Amino acid sequence: MVNHTVRSYDKDLDALERRIAEMGGIAEKMVIDAMDALSQADTALANQVITTDPRLDALQRKIEEEAILTIARRQPMAIDLREIVGAIRVAGDLERVGDLAKNIAKRSLKIGIEARVPRAIVGLRHMNDVATELMKDVLDAYAQRDTERARAVWERDAELDALEDSVFRDLLTHMMEDPRNISFCAHLLFCSKNVERIGDHATNIAETVFYLVTGEALPVERPKGPHEYDVHPTGTEIP
Amino acid sequence: MNDAQLHTPRSTPAAEETTDKVVIRGLDFFYGQSKALKDVTLSLRAGKVTAFIGPSGCGKSTLLRVLNRMYDLYPGQRAEGEVLLDGENILAPGLDLNLLRARVGMVFQKPTPFPMSIYDNIAFGIRLYERIPKSELDGRVESSLKRSALWGEVKDKLSASGLSLSGGQQQRLCIARTVAISPEVILFDEPCSALDPISTAKVEELIDELADAYTIAIVTHNMQQAARVSQFTAFMYLGEMVEFAETGAVFTSPRDKRTQDYITGRFG
Repeated sequence: MVNHTVRSYDKDLDALERRIAEMGGIAEKMVIDAMDALSQADTALANQVITTDPRLDALQRKIEEEAILTIARRQPMAIDLREIVGAIRVAGDLERVGDLAKNIAKRSLKIGIEARVPRAIVGLRHMNDVATELMKDVLDAYAQRDTERARAVWERDAELDALEDSVFRDLLTHMMEDPRNISFCAHLLFCSKNVERIGDHATNIAETVFYLVTGEALPVERPKGPHEYDVHPTGTEIP
Repeated sequence: MNDAQLHTPRSTPAAEETTDKVVIRGLDFFYGQSKALKDVTLSLRAGKVTAFIGPSGCGKSTLLRVLNRMYDLYPGQRAEGEVLLDGENILAPGLDLNLLRARVGMVFQKPTPFPMSIYDNIAFGIRLYERIPKSELDGRVESSLKRSALWGEVKDKLSASGLSLSGGQQQRLCIARTVAISPEVILFDEPCSALDPISTAKVEELIDELADAYTIAIVTHNMQQAARVSQFTAFMYLGEMVEFAETGAVFTSPRDKRTQDYITGRFG
């Protein structure tokens, strides 16, 4: 795009974008590390994830401050305004992703020693791989202002929802098999919810990218996966 | 983008309820040999504010000057095309220009009070068009000054010279003068460019209020002002109407690259 007549304006916007990229890198790594810590019962790694989170929080604040200052100083319009609002939104999503990864890391510390059914983690790992891929794709889409890629992420989130569904059933089975699994599996249930939410944040970012580039919103309704929980309102259909 | 899309504002529910007060179709304008407006087509909605933005020399002030045939005062300037005010072509020869200018008032960039008292500044225009008793005239002067939010500041010195007022007050006096003869359309040509922020805010507030009763067109170099006061915005460039749409749409997601470059400060 053509530069602004006032060059320092471009510098402000570039700085925002660089910070978002930095946040993206940190958040992505936290998601991967948290799951590794969980499946390998690696407490050192889990602690590392937990101590990284404040960095992400600080970056988000910095981005918000700078975005607000830019709005106040330059009264951005059109694409510039969308860029800045986009940066605020993406930073918020990435900060939440960090929180969710941190939560997984904390749970891994709690269940580390009593990891009873390693098999139960396999599905969760797979979910996390998909979520990580969505995160990577959507951050690339943001960096390249690529609406096609953003839309693909937005559509693929249904995959993650379906996986969560199957992990849920899997864990339920383990809990019914042996009540001693319950505490461990309950933690994993929360972890799977966290991963599913990470996917939701990736979708939010995809929506932001789409708006930022086109000025239009993606439809309100996202494509849903074919599965829903097999939990009937009355609870009678639990397998 | 086809022509229909270009000239019809992306509609909003509010916009659909109003009618077109002024319809401009295929308007060309010439300063001697040079063409300053090229095939301009757009409408001013009744009871709405339409802002014209664009770089210097893009034709926005020219367009405004066509709307009350101001250009007629200068030889060698001519307009071709159609400008319909309530369906009547104001470019037609033989039109009563005084009547037209009573229906289409104008406020200029620099405040231009007459060198007479505040009272007479307002009464002057009314006396030109109507013969009314003094008591009624007093009432009209008062209500015009009230409409332009100046009454409180001048009610005790109506006989003082209009030139003794501050710049912002002078501009509001000019607005009062315009309002006094009950026009239907008011044209503002950069009304705030010589004013400080507080006076600017007062004039903007005034435009907001006037919009209920009048159809307003405003030319401004201040994009934030256009965004604040108008419901529709037209971006002009090199004599062409590049984009005309609902103001919110123009300032958040303009369709034309030239509009985007201009409003984001990426021009030239």
